[in-house]
Amino acid sequence: MSAGATDAPEPSRRPEEIKAVPVRHPGRWVATGLILLFGTSLARSVATNNRLEWHVVGQFLFDHRILEGVVVTLELTASAMAMGVILGVVLAVMRLSPNPLVSGASWLYIWFFRATPVLVQLLFWFFISAIYPRISLGIPFVGVEFVHGSANTVITSYVAALLGLGLNEGAYMAEIVRAGIISVGEGQTDAAQSLGMSRLQIMRRIVLPQAMRVIIPPTGNETISMLKTTSLVIVIALSPPELLLATQNIYSVNFKPIQLLIVASIWYAAMTSVLYVGQYYLERYYARGATRELVPTPLQRIRRGLFSLRRREWS
Amino acid sequence: MVRAEGVHKRFGRLEVPKGITLEVMPGEVMCLLGPSGSGKSTFLRCINHLEKINRGRLSVDGELVGYRQVGDKLHELHESEVARKRAEIGMVFQHFNLFPHMTALENVTCAPILVRRAPREPARARARELLDRVGLADKVGSYPAQLSGGQQQRVAIARALAMEPKLMLFDEPTSALDPELVGEVLQAMQQLARDGMTMIVVTHEMGFAREVADTVCFMDDGLAVESGKPADVLSSPRHERTRAFLSKVL
Repeated sequence: MSAGATDAPEPSRRPEEIKAVPVRHPGRWVATGLILLFGTSLARSVATNNRLEWHVVGQFLFDHRILEGVVVTLELTASAMAMGVILGVVLAVMRLSPNPLVSGASWLYIWFFRATPVLVQLLFWFFISAIYPRISLGIPFVGVEFVHGSANTVITSYVAALLGLGLNEGAYMAEIVRAGIISVGEGQTDAAQSLGMSRLQIMRRIVLPQAMRVIIPPTGNETISMLKTTSLVIVIALSPPELLLATQNIYSVNFKPIQLLIVASIWYAAMTSVLYVGQYYLERYYARGATRELVPTPLQRIRRGLFSLRRREWS
Repeated sequence: MVRAEGVHKRFGRLEVPKGITLEVMPGEVMCLLGPSGSGKSTFLRCINHLEKINRGRLSVDGELVGYRQVGDKLHELHESEVARKRAEIGMVFQHFNLFPHMTALENVTCAPILVRRAPREPARARARELLDRVGLADKVGSYPAQLSGGQQQRVAIARALAMEPKLMLFDEPTSALDPELVGEVLQAMQQLARDGMTMIVVTHEMGFAREVADTVCFMDDGLAVESGKPADVLSSPRHERTRAFLSKVL
């Protein structure tokens, strides 16, 4: 510790350490008092209100219907985000294309899906069979069809939910990815071009990896937001039910809505917290090269803290 | 190696360069001097197809830059053909433009592996050799952010050399460096010149131009005003504008 201090002037010649009277902060004391007062009264009301019936919350927290709902919510979040991210990258690259038609098409898509509420879009996909009773995949105008089916069987409530959430997410992700791509300096493209890389190689190997640093934080935000937006799917009665519908199915029978909504909230909060951790490590991975030294993970920090404690005991 | 005849490049209403004619022979080192805005850097970028020229003819190694001549008609080159030609020309930039998410070694191996489809291990061995040549054998695993400006620029030189170019372009390679770091980069370039590389160097380092260049070319207002042996041009400039510029920088 003191190895580097040998060159410092001798302690006797050093001026004595300053001991000043600190500035008083009366405002902080008042604020602390108010927060404590508000916090304790809130905690007291929650703890002592018998109508909250915490035992009901406990009884349903790990109910198999709730757990199945959690799984469906996670699946829906993951698949809608996957769809959103892939669409977002494609739309962002299209948006930046020098071809005005390609970039215009991307602009129109983004405008449309950001200009209408996601709840409306969900309902729209759910009712699509009203205008397109029959859906087929083939070559337009020549009558060649590879597969076809009735809209009611193709667009199940799950497909409607996925389309509604995923297509909408694609528009938002496109803007996030575009911001990331723009954030990478032109010099990077110049350098990659001068080495003879193709446009695709430059995008994949040089620009996108660097754009990730800008893209990850808002994408984490979008994922957290998506986790809870999946609850909107309740309007199209997804089967199997996701978390919110699963709780509703229970409280419509036992008439304990508050307790079951608390159960749902606990699960949403728990899943969100897990996503927080995932985002932290993802951000850390893409910070490679951007900072001189990687910030240690919490685990490494704890380990290092323990180690230095032990060392202190030895010395 | 490089032949320019009346090269023009237009940016909206601005035309710089506006009629550059010069020739660089194989193995020759040419320094382009001149005030900022005179079109030196743009001309360099034109040689590497980073900018398209609007008038004149520009050729590298006997092949037109950016176009193919069929009869008396010029056809634009396809993107992939441009990329193939760029791969044969190395370029070093004022702000290094290293890829920050890759280590020094990855910066150097990246293009040979992606563009030349070189096998990984030989490419890495070759990259180590090149980094050693610019004096950075111990920085192989460092990220650009962990290197000084001079070290970064030397990695950039190694990165360009990894493609085994027949021509190297330097766009003010020392202008963004602390004065004490300029020497190490110039030394690496001098070594390269001694090894017989054809080089075009845009620079403000008069000492380097005098010592290393075979030819210096003074540019002003988009035109190559005068060129010749460094001793002649730098010591007894014929042109008034050259004299005025040199009196300010020397």
